[in-house]
Amino acid sequence: MKKAILILLCAALPGVSLASGGEHVTLNTVKIDLSDMPSLQRGARTFVNYCLSCHSLSYMRYNRMGQDLGISDELVKENLMFAADKTGELMKAAMTTEDAKKWFGTAPPDLSLVTRSRGPEWFYTYMRSFYRDEKSSTGWNNIVFPHVAMPNVLYELQGQQRAVYRSEKLESVVEKDGKKVKKVDEEQVFDHFEIEKPGSMTTQQYDESMRDLTNFMVYAGEPAKLVRYQIGIGVLVFLGIFFVVAYLLKKEYWKDVH
Amino acid sequence: MEKFLAWIDDRFPLTKVWEEHLSKYYAPKNFNFWYYFGSLAVLVLVMQIVTGIFLTMHYKPDTALAFASVEFIMRDVSWGWLIRYMHSTGASFFFIVVYLHMFRAMLYGSHRKPRELLWIIGVIIFVALMAESFMGYLLPWGNMSYWGAQVIISLFDAIPYVGPVLSEWIRGDFVVADATLNRFFAFHVIAIPLVLVILVFVHIVALHKVGSNNPDGIEIKKKKDANGIPLDGIPFHPYYTVKDIVGVIVFLMVFAAVVFFAPELGGWFLEHDNFVPANILQTPPEIVPLWYFTPYYSILRANTVSFLLDAKVWGVIFMALSIMVFFFLPWLDRSPVKSIRYRGWIYKTALALFVVAFVILGYLGTKSPQAINLILFPNVYWAQIFTIVYFAFFALMPWYTKLDKTKPVPERVTK
Repeated sequence: MKKAILILLCAALPGVSLASGGEHVTLNTVKIDLSDMPSLQRGARTFVNYCLSCHSLSYMRYNRMGQDLGISDELVKENLMFAADKTGELMKAAMTTEDAKKWFGTAPPDLSLVTRSRGPEWFYTYMRSFYRDEKSSTGWNNIVFPHVAMPNVLYELQGQQRAVYRSEKLESVVEKDGKKVKKVDEEQVFDHFEIEKPGSMTTQQYDESMRDLTNFMVYAGEPAKLVRYQIGIGVLVFLGIFFVVAYLLKKEYWKDVH
Repeated sequence: MEKFLAWIDDRFPLTKVWEEHLSKYYAPKNFNFWYYFGSLAVLVLVMQIVTGIFLTMHYKPDTALAFASVEFIMRDVSWGWLIRYMHSTGASFFFIVVYLHMFRAMLYGSHRKPRELLWIIGVIIFVALMAESFMGYLLPWGNMSYWGAQVIISLFDAIPYVGPVLSEWIRGDFVVADATLNRFFAFHVIAIPLVLVILVFVHIVALHKVGSNNPDGIEIKKKKDANGIPLDGIPFHPYYTVKDIVGVIVFLMVFAAVVFFAPELGGWFLEHDNFVPANILQTPPEIVPLWYFTPYYSILRANTVSFLLDAKVWGVIFMALSIMVFFFLPWLDRSPVKSIRYRGWIYKTALALFVVAFVILGYLGTKSPQAINLILFPNVYWAQIFTIVYFAFFALMPWYTKLDKTKPVPERVTK
């Protein structure tokens, strides 16, 4: 009996791995450039307008973001702060965890470190991979994160897209009655998206906007990244000069060692 | 000034200590590249202690606050990101430096008579360092911290009879929890660092008693001049202090390159899954320790056969053995010469195979045992093959080192 259960479980495994999905999707590359201030500012605006109502950046402060992105406190207050009173506050979501659990069945994760744990490519691809799915409770699904609880919040911008599949033959060798037999499976493989109802942006504009958002998320994941590289170059130059001095000193001392 | 020094010397042996350990400590003049790593290990130890002190000022050992306090350090503490990256990168570099330091001993026979005790103290330092880094890795309270600790502590379950009670005693709870975090913090910031500092001191005292070995593996104390100074020795200060400064700068350049340009080093120094807070309900797809533990982790997982004891117990035994075996190295090696320069092809091949096995085991330890990352077989089979190579290096050493044809050793050191 135990064996039978084990075999059943093993047989179900490939199905399980497909359902959890994500691994089969090729992630799109995205150009991250933290010196592109306008891009970071646009990304911040998108985040505050569309994401912050549910997702926190709970390690990030409004004024720190303002200082880093060259936005004055007044402008931050007017344009970017909807869920807080003071610019020194952390960027917490407007929605409470209890409400979120009631509405979506799960609490939306904090996004401070999403590009550090999943990578910017994942985030960029995920944001562009929502499609209409009548079978899902929200009416939306995502190729990168199947059965995600989140609906496509940005559909007004992106429009509504449909996933187009192609069928592919999957050949495998299985053992049947002690003999090895070739088995051919038809598998539906995701091919591309098709816009059903256009949004306020063209696909190109939307991609560009998501690139800005990803750029901002990379910044928000590690604000020190803005200065880290420059300081690093300074440190290496200093050590380089120090090396020359130290090497000459060593050579001078070691002259008399034979 | 001289009067002042005399006043001190009457009360504390300052000049004596200075002379014995620096200005009149005679080290062989033929040290090469491999001899930097001892002083570099001391440098990294000091760096870890200093950055650790500053991290402790802002870190909170509390499961509800720990993860956020690390992010607080990364963002709101002035230069906190630098201190934290120096500490996290320092941990990995500590192991790089120590592994190279140990490899140096195996190259030139620095563990051989009369330096057996020096070597044993060194191996104890290595074990203490492993405990230190294992406990430190829990503190950021990321998901990999949590599950890594969970898996490693549960290894104690494998010990017959007392196992479950023992692992519960270590955790202070039935799972890794607040009690665990607090005690690991205590061990990481004071108990083990104290042990490490004392052991390093003892290590250096032992070294200065027997004198440094050298790439030729000969005793410079055997040939002394009329004043009793080794003919091939030079005072450590100033010769090796100025030389080590050069080594320190080169080391710092590599170190800074990682700290400033790639502190995660593609997931090797800071794992991606550790940027997610610890979650008892969400196991990472692959629980992987940091790279410096992966060779032993591979050996642990390579034991898949339950023979008399459960396979898991064998895994723990072999993992423990793979580290403990280093203690016996001075007596396993029966070669009449110390340095690889005068050994034959057998030892050279054996050492090369050992290094290959160590590196591949380390690589396989980061991968799923069932996947195929090398050629032909799943990883677990390769891990088994290289586990055998790893242990064969030690187990067969008494025979192949004796069998090996050696070259005549010179009287004096060569360049």
